[in-house]
Amino acid sequence: MGDLITMDDLTKEEILQILDEANTLLPVARGEIYLPLLQGKVLGNLFFENSTRTRMSFETAMKRLGGEVVNLSSIGSSVAKGETLYDTMQMVEGYSDIAVIRHPNQGAAQYSADSVNIPILNAGDGAGNHPTQTMLDLFTIREAHGNLEGLNVMMVGDLRYGRTTHSLSHALVRFGARLTLVSPDSLRMPTEIVSDLKSQGADINETEEMAESISSADVIYMTRIQKERFPDEDEYNKVAGTYKLAVNDLTEAKSGLIVMHPLPRVNELNTNVDSTKHARYFQQAFNGVPTRMALLCRGLGVKVPKKVK
Amino acid sequence: MSEMRRVTAICNGTAIDHIPSGHALQVLKMLRLDVGRSNPISMVMNVPSGKMGRKDVLKIEDRELNQEELDRLALIAPKASVAIIRNYSVAEKRTIELGSELINIVKCSFSNCITQNNREPLPHKLKIISSEPMEIRCSYCGRNQDVEQIVDFII
Repeated sequence: MGDLITMDDLTKEEILQILDEANTLLPVARGEIYLPLLQGKVLGNLFFENSTRTRMSFETAMKRLGGEVVNLSSIGSSVAKGETLYDTMQMVEGYSDIAVIRHPNQGAAQYSADSVNIPILNAGDGAGNHPTQTMLDLFTIREAHGNLEGLNVMMVGDLRYGRTTHSLSHALVRFGARLTLVSPDSLRMPTEIVSDLKSQGADINETEEMAESISSADVIYMTRIQKERFPDEDEYNKVAGTYKLAVNDLTEAKSGLIVMHPLPRVNELNTNVDSTKHARYFQQAFNGVPTRMALLCRGLGVKVPKKVK
Repeated sequence: MSEMRRVTAICNGTAIDHIPSGHALQVLKMLRLDVGRSNPISMVMNVPSGKMGRKDVLKIEDRELNQEELDRLALIAPKASVAIIRNYSVAEKRTIELGSELINIVKCSFSNCITQNNREPLPHKLKIISSEPMEIRCSYCGRNQDVEQIVDFII
């Protein structure tokens, strides 16, 4: 019921409702108000792969709402001893009321959801999906532009392995976004995703050129070319550093353009963009807290009040 | 039906007609009839067909295909016609239907899919996204499968 594995698990109305709830929870996320909606609940934070923002923001979200967190990392746990995901999930079900899972294997979140009855939130499965990131991305876009309808969105970098772009594109086409997908040929968005998006009537332009689309963009979503997803280093070196966005690339940009990045960045996003009005990536990282609060409440069937004081 | 005379009529068993040309060997593999079976099997390949241009035909003696086997057949030859033969005549015609999901029939071929670990106990699940052209997707990792290679991943 409360699972979130891909963006297909949420209707457009549910997305908007969760964003509204996240907005209501902003003062709680900032620590200005203590609202123990999830008191007595335990979150299993299962990170079989490295994470900084996702793990910490889920933990902060749970704690700001009065809940508790138990952590699992694959290093030093029974996973390192060869335990199956199925068996691990049976244990997790006994220890927690809801679980967040990040795993290097694609499909691991759906597999976990099929293994147990507690709600599962997918925090990244290999090069698959990352829907909780998408929710905070949508929150950030709506915060900047006032709504989500009909925006020009550029996604730049590793669109093949970049799970954040997979989930985000699925969500944005429902709001009538025009997507410009900028990547080297070898890192294009997977064909099944592009074909799904087009079957939903999406307006998609795939290109290798970044510069030409910047002036019409409302959002530039930069991504890191992820070394860890490449089968060998030679292949990585061929495409590393293909796209670099710096402040001088933004001279023709719309005044309302926002630059986003799921972070961490390497060299694809110059630090000289940080001080411009376009930079939103650190705000975006903070927005993980209120949106994940709303998602935890949804998962646990806890109603978020219309107003908090 | 001149092409049917290329092989003798069978007394009892299953005749599979209208297999896409060149796919009879894949059908045998899909039905697990390619190894360790003692049933006599007759096969003709690339014979002229009014409906298909060219087609393959298989006759399997002393074996009536069950529904699970027909489901497998649907992956390679969704338009094949299947006749159960008893005492030299057609006793039953069976239709092939491609369901919406394949459970424990084929494994996902993607090397990074969670189901690649043989010790994971849940059934393999693949969704039929479309039958024409055939599009099959792993229910876990979401990767589309190469339909031409799918026979290599049967369970």
